[in-house]
Amino acid sequence: MLPRFWRKIKHRYNLIATKCENCGTYYYPPRNLCPKCRRKSRIVEVKLSGKGEVLSYSVVHEAPENMKDQKPYVVAMIKLDEGPVITSQLVCDCKEVRRGMRVKAAFRRCGEEGDAGIIYYCTKFVPE
Amino acid sequence: MVGIVSYGTYIPVYRIKAEEIARIWGEDGEVISRGLGIKQKSVPALDEDTATIAVEAAREAVSRAKIDPSEVDAVYVGSESHPYAVKPTATVVGEAVGVGNYYFAADLEFACKAGTAGMQICIAMARADMIRYGLAIGADTSQGAPGDPLEYSASAGGAAFLIGRKNVIAEVEATTSFTSDTPDFWRREGQPYPKHGGRFTGQPAYFRHITSAAKKILEETGLKPSDFAYAVFHQPNGKFPTRVAKMLGFSKEQISPGLVVPYIGNTYSGSSLLGLAATLDVVKPDERILLVSFGSGAGSDAFVIRATDSIESFEREPKVLEKIERGIYVDYGMYVKLRRKIKMA
Ligand SMILES: [Zn+2]
Repeated sequence: MLPRFWRKIKHRYNLIATKCENCGTYYYPPRNLCPKCRRKSRIVEVKLSGKGEVLSYSVVHEAPENMKDQKPYVVAMIKLDEGPVITSQLVCDCKEVRRGMRVKAAFRRCGEEGDAGIIYYCTKFVPE
Repeated sequence: MVGIVSYGTYIPVYRIKAEEIARIWGEDGEVISRGLGIKQKSVPALDEDTATIAVEAAREAVSRAKIDPSEVDAVYVGSESHPYAVKPTATVVGEAVGVGNYYFAADLEFACKAGTAGMQICIAMARADMIRYGLAIGADTSQGAPGDPLEYSASAGGAAFLIGRKNVIAEVEATTSFTSDTPDFWRREGQPYPKHGGRFTGQPAYFRHITSAAKKILEETGLKPSDFAYAVFHQPNGKFPTRVAKMLGFSKEQISPGLVVPYIGNTYSGSSLLGLAATLDVVKPDERILLVSFGSGAGSDAFVIRATDSIESFEREPKVLEKIERGIYVDYGMYVKLRRKIKMA
């Protein structure tokens, strides 16, 4: 688990996407080729604003072991302002969440390897 | 000119009232609340810690400065609740802010004044032209043992200050420190909760260090209390900063914008820095602020800060006061769960 997480830190801490400069489409997770432009793709790495809105959501009542202490919690599909859709935990009151709600990225803990192991940090979302 | 280029803050959204803590321990909540000058305190969520608070505050500071994060050449994080005993918080912040890899970094510890110690380091480095910008952060998720008087005050929050030479919104005109070996408060390695000398340590620790540092900097700069629009003193509770202000000749009006402790508790390394941020939220060009931190063990860092014309065009929304006001109240049961005071089998 450790090396696999370590190599992805950059993409977990920040929403790093790719953008095709030929057609202006953003890709998250990042892609090396734009399927629309193919050979004409001009791919660059960009940091997304982290702002977007809730497309759909579900409230998790039966949580996996490492998330039990946070249940019930919200997992949402979020459409980011640049276009890509991301599935993430949305930290808010379960009664407060609704479709179209404005949200923003937040830096949170997403787990740890017991009391003596490594702590994982990642991007979650909170109401804007 | 070297000084504050930008600042950012973070306060977790949960709050617990002093009354609610008193209810559990059979104390009179109103008497305690009045005695300490604390109505309620902030409580971190299960997925928040000193690193997440430091990152949020630092990101706000960098984004308000409208600089490229790669121009940040130093990151110092002061805390007494770093998530790891060994493994710096500063590197998590550096990565999350996206400063690159060529930067000076370290975690600092000096009870509640570790954040202002980071400011002094960044100021010195900026003056020496070693860095373009440096981030000095004070953040904590401090804990008091269940039933200990500290439980009413120990809270969570943090502030980040971007220090540099360009686009300075508040010049740091002077800084000085007063330090002595005073065992008023401590936590041994591996212990979950701190110990302290009780209420009798106020005089030799808090009051002696703050007044000594404040008097020294006033003497060095030739300034008097009336030359300052505002003053911010470390706030372990609501009473101490009010009393020390009076001892030094500062009025209630001068300390009131920066007195955040009644509503969020003592955020330790974040405490005087959140007070400074709340004061910068209202300061006008040319107005001076006196900042004096205090860290047990013990020491005080004093700063004379003067707002420049650039403060007017600087983005100051959302203000610290707004972040203080949006709170979600929890009861003591939820509080012990959030603070991981329940040991699972
Ligand atoms: Zn394309």
